[in-house]
Amino acid sequence: LQRASAALLAPFVLGHLAVMFYATGSSLTAADILGRTSGSIGWALFYCAFVIVVAVHGAIGLRAIAIEWGHVGERKADAVMLVTGAVLVLLGLRAVFAVIAPGVA
Amino acid sequence: MALSGEAKRETTYRRNGLWFAAMAHRISGLALVLFLPLHFLALGLAIENEAALEGFLRWSDLTVVKLAEAGLVALLVIHLLGGLRLLVVENFGWSDAQKSAATIAASIAALIGFIFLVRVL
Repeated sequence: LQRASAALLAPFVLGHLAVMFYATGSSLTAADILGRTSGSIGWALFYCAFVIVVAVHGAIGLRAIAIEWGHVGERKADAVMLVTGAVLVLLGLRAVFAVIAPGVA
Repeated sequence: MALSGEAKRETTYRRNGLWFAAMAHRISGLALVLFLPLHFLALGLAIENEAALEGFLRWSDLTVVKLAEAGLVALLVIHLLGGLRLLVVENFGWSDAQKSAATIAASIAALIGFIFLVRVL
């Protein structure tokens, strides 16, 4: 699952890097950013998917670090993974909603 | 200092360039996963109102913040390229050119981070 999420993430990360470079070349005021993102179904789908795959990938990665560097048992590492994944998904989808949902800000 | 009667701890593997590549991949991943909740919380400020997000964005105009952002971009590229290297090694086998590729990947990450920094400063 870690390798699969990593392979999936490559195009998402490249897309996000392209977005960042475009955005830094344009205006970075909140009004201008939200003007570009608000109401866009395409970007909503892209970033919702990105958030979910990142959450899976990051959570599994943190589990490995917890075991190898934190020297915790597998059950505690699984708990770290689940909490991390849940936090990233919840905060990430909230952030996507924040910048995409029209009329929110 | 070697302890008497005990074998000296083997650390020569740390001089291997590809060990550095693997460590860079791990450290960059750790930094990114710790950064992400902050990134999401910042964007979530838009739920309050546009002014809240605008306030945060103006704080992010500080030079030290822009330096940190460029560092994060470099970490993202390091992690991406390190991950691609792993996928290639695991699916297409090893080649001696891997070490050169790892060095080139680090250079690309630094370059992209620098380009980002120049754009935002």
